[in-house]
Amino acid sequence: MGQRTKDRGITYSPSGNGLLVIILGLPVLAGVAGTILPAFGYLPALGGLHPTTAHLAELAGQPHILRSVLVALAAGLITTFAALAIVGTFIAGFAGMPVFARVHHLVSPLLAVPHAAAAFALAFLIAPSGLLLRLISPELTGFTRPPDWLLPNDPFALSMIAGLVTKEVPFLFLVTLAALPQIPLRRAGQMTAALGYGRVSGFLISLWPTLYSQIRLPVFAVLVYSVSVVDVAMILGPQLPATLPVRIAHWAADHDLKMRFLASAGALLQLFVVFAAIGIWLALERIGKFGLTFMTLAGTRLRKDQLLRATSGLAMAGCAVIIFSGLGALFIWSVAGLWPFPKALPGAITAKIWLRVLPQITEPLLTTVGLALSASALALVIAVSLLHRDGRGGNGATYKLLYLPLIVPEISFVFGLQILAISIGFTPAFSSVLAVHLLFVLPYVLLSLSAPWRELDPRFERIAAGLGKSPLRVLLTIRLPLLFRACLTALTVGFSVSVSLYLPTVLVGAGRLSTVTTEAVALSAGGDRRVIGVYALVQAALPFLAFLVASLGPQLLFRSRRAMRM
Amino acid sequence: MIRRARQFITAAILALALAGQAAALDVNDWNSVVAEAKGQTVYFNAWGGAENVNAYIRWAGNEMKARYGVTVVHVKLDDTAKAVATVVAEKSAGKDQDGAVDLVWINGENFAAMKREGLLFSPDWATKLPNWIYVDHETKPTVLSDFTTATEGLESPWGGAKLVFFHDSARTPSAKLPDSAADLLKWAEANPGRFSYPQPPDFTGSSFLKQVLTELIPDKSKLQKPVDEATFAADAAPLFTYLDKLTPLLWREGKAYPQNYPDMKQKFADGELDIIFAFNPAEASAAIANGELPDSVRSFVFSGGTLGNTHFVAIPYNASAKAGALLFANFLLSPEAQLHKQDPKIWGDPTVLSLAKLPAAERQAFEALDLGVATLGPDQLGPALDEPHPDWMTRIEAEWTRRYGAAN
Repeated sequence: MGQRTKDRGITYSPSGNGLLVIILGLPVLAGVAGTILPAFGYLPALGGLHPTTAHLAELAGQPHILRSVLVALAAGLITTFAALAIVGTFIAGFAGMPVFARVHHLVSPLLAVPHAAAAFALAFLIAPSGLLLRLISPELTGFTRPPDWLLPNDPFALSMIAGLVTKEVPFLFLVTLAALPQIPLRRAGQMTAALGYGRVSGFLISLWPTLYSQIRLPVFAVLVYSVSVVDVAMILGPQLPATLPVRIAHWAADHDLKMRFLASAGALLQLFVVFAAIGIWLALERIGKFGLTFMTLAGTRLRKDQLLRATSGLAMAGCAVIIFSGLGALFIWSVAGLWPFPKALPGAITAKIWLRVLPQITEPLLTTVGLALSASALALVIAVSLLHRDGRGGNGATYKLLYLPLIVPEISFVFGLQILAISIGFTPAFSSVLAVHLLFVLPYVLLSLSAPWRELDPRFERIAAGLGKSPLRVLLTIRLPLLFRACLTALTVGFSVSVSLYLPTVLVGAGRLSTVTTEAVALSAGGDRRVIGVYALVQAALPFLAFLVASLGPQLLFRSRRAMRM
Repeated sequence: MIRRARQFITAAILALALAGQAAALDVNDWNSVVAEAKGQTVYFNAWGGAENVNAYIRWAGNEMKARYGVTVVHVKLDDTAKAVATVVAEKSAGKDQDGAVDLVWINGENFAAMKREGLLFSPDWATKLPNWIYVDHETKPTVLSDFTTATEGLESPWGGAKLVFFHDSARTPSAKLPDSAADLLKWAEANPGRFSYPQPPDFTGSSFLKQVLTELIPDKSKLQKPVDEATFAADAAPLFTYLDKLTPLLWREGKAYPQNYPDMKQKFADGELDIIFAFNPAEASAAIANGELPDSVRSFVFSGGTLGNTHFVAIPYNASAKAGALLFANFLLSPEAQLHKQDPKIWGDPTVLSLAKLPAAERQAFEALDLGVATLGPDQLGPALDEPHPDWMTRIEAEWTRRYGAAN
């Protein structure tokens, strides 16, 4: 197939792919340049014309900067490790069992909940004046006023890690799920069971290496995201000092315009923090591989793994329970009148906030849906054509460029993009914001699609090609239907990424294009729990609907083909 | 390539044509401003963190549409610096026409920065607005001097602000309230963990620091000038001695702070804090009306005075709809719009107009306003202390972060 270079007028050449990647990758690189140059003092608008390292020195002189770096780094690594451990153990312990499908349906909608909303949900639960303590006060605790506890925002970032884990577990779970049909789950399970292995250890030694290599890039995306997260860290993370990304965000928004230089220097440092995190993770991979080899050679059967499996199951369900009850708390707040501590329920219920907010939310809502649908659909088409033309399935070196938006912290690269967008004459409009959304959405779509794409049994297509079908026909009639679920998953992931994008929408749209998210974050700066409740629920409802479609679609479409359903 | 060049040329011609049009804009010929504004869309960049303020801006926009055919779009910001950043990025890219920001809600450092970088529409247009005749620039010096930076007509006043404290009379008896910063420290000793301030560099939190500094610095005239680096340590020493004593008595022992005013208000409502403060005297009444605070909340000020300032609207140098922005700024300044704004059921933001200059009917309407149960009358607000030069805020914030920024 790869030898055929012409098909009905479509020219197949690797440079076509390269061009596409360059078109998409260049803005990212330019955005990075637009960020790095000011770090070394070049920003003509603010009179920065001569290269200097003064801003880097200023950064080094910032109080407690090392601690900000270390907390961000540690929290990111712990989050990634914990989320991966929970998902891995759960899949090892329960894949193919009835409970698996149930937890799947419980957890996958969580992906839709925007990070900020999930963080608020957790904060509403665990704060000293939060719902949990209200439920048991004053009866069990004797508190008539909230206790003076440092929670959330604890100095060890534990509440922040908890908030991140509850959001990253569903993401990793979903991408793993998309890769799962491509590994011989049942056969390997039967074989290791016959050899006397426990479920978890049997899975670990037989399937985990293959599975992990498929989800490796999503894992790195989680790592990079967790190390450089801003909104969750603002809500749940330590404050004195805050983590590095939060401090960069503050510098970038500082009233003193000269602080942009410091922010850029911080963004450069953030880049190195991300590299360090990746380096440490690579080392951890080595250690894990060594441990696995040791375990395999030692023949550890680990037959009594019930406790381990139960823990992972509980952790998975716990993520869902925390976020859903937190969303419940958000809902109660959205209809609450006066609600003093320690009352478990508000004294008065009112629809006032909803009635006031809903009429205003219609237009942002339409913009949000329009952007998310166009961006994810466009990204899917691009991803499919990239993968189709490039038989390697996303392993080529050029593809790495597309992952740049996931590896460069958003905060640093969008300011540069904004300058770029204006320089090439983009007027803030739907199309320019869509173009920027695409930069962020495409990597996620490609991430969730490339592994299943690569792993699809090539014999189906070989048979079709042998019967004389053209590559395009093979793609449309064989490959895409077989990958229908993976495509839907990718589309949904893209949709929710677009819905949750804040900085790119605000900066490139120059604030003229408001989405539910930009409105919600603007209001979250105002901290009104009632309004936050309304916006967070509306915002979460959007991807929820998308996920509903994605999970019901295959069921309906493949009613008569059991193996194609989940 | 050729097509690209042609696009450039077309764009250049268009820009020139527009530039010609912009040059023709004459603030002194108000009728021409009104005529040109018709059909324009004004992108008003303003903090969008409070629902009542957003509702007021929506009202004003609807009025503009009905009266002048001008569409007002409220670009809701979480920080005014974002609008400044937009203009900076546009200037950096050479986009001197058709900017994305037409009007921006601004004061203090953001204004000082935009003025310094030449990012504002000039020369003086604010005092040429027809409604300027009602503005009280005689007894409200902050209308002409925005945090000591001379406004020079580059921004038009929109509302007043004064630091006011709130307490819940059901929890904290009115008799025991502090009457000065020094008093507040004693109060905190008796009530540890029940006072805090938004974490600097939050605007409200930094204002608290400025209030304390203004009360404690021996020579207040120093605050009207930029910081003198040689004597800064000695000048600011009373403030930091004070904070060293106060910090362990704060909420969470100063290991965490409310993130902004609404966050602080929420903690007050939850019973975590007992005394809070805001820059809008009607804020407590508005919050009671919204069901956010119990109706036992009352306001108080220090008898020695609290900080007062003015907030403004300004037009960037590259705004697309300058005529529309001028017309909107003038409408915001009209007695009708100012009256609507001061109504605590709407927003409760104090007017910048002088009641004495108003026609009798409008004056009576202002006097008839019910300011709400928790709002102090204009005569009870006490003296207004001048805002220090913006320089002080920057330096104090940096010093605060150095000293208390790693409390964990």
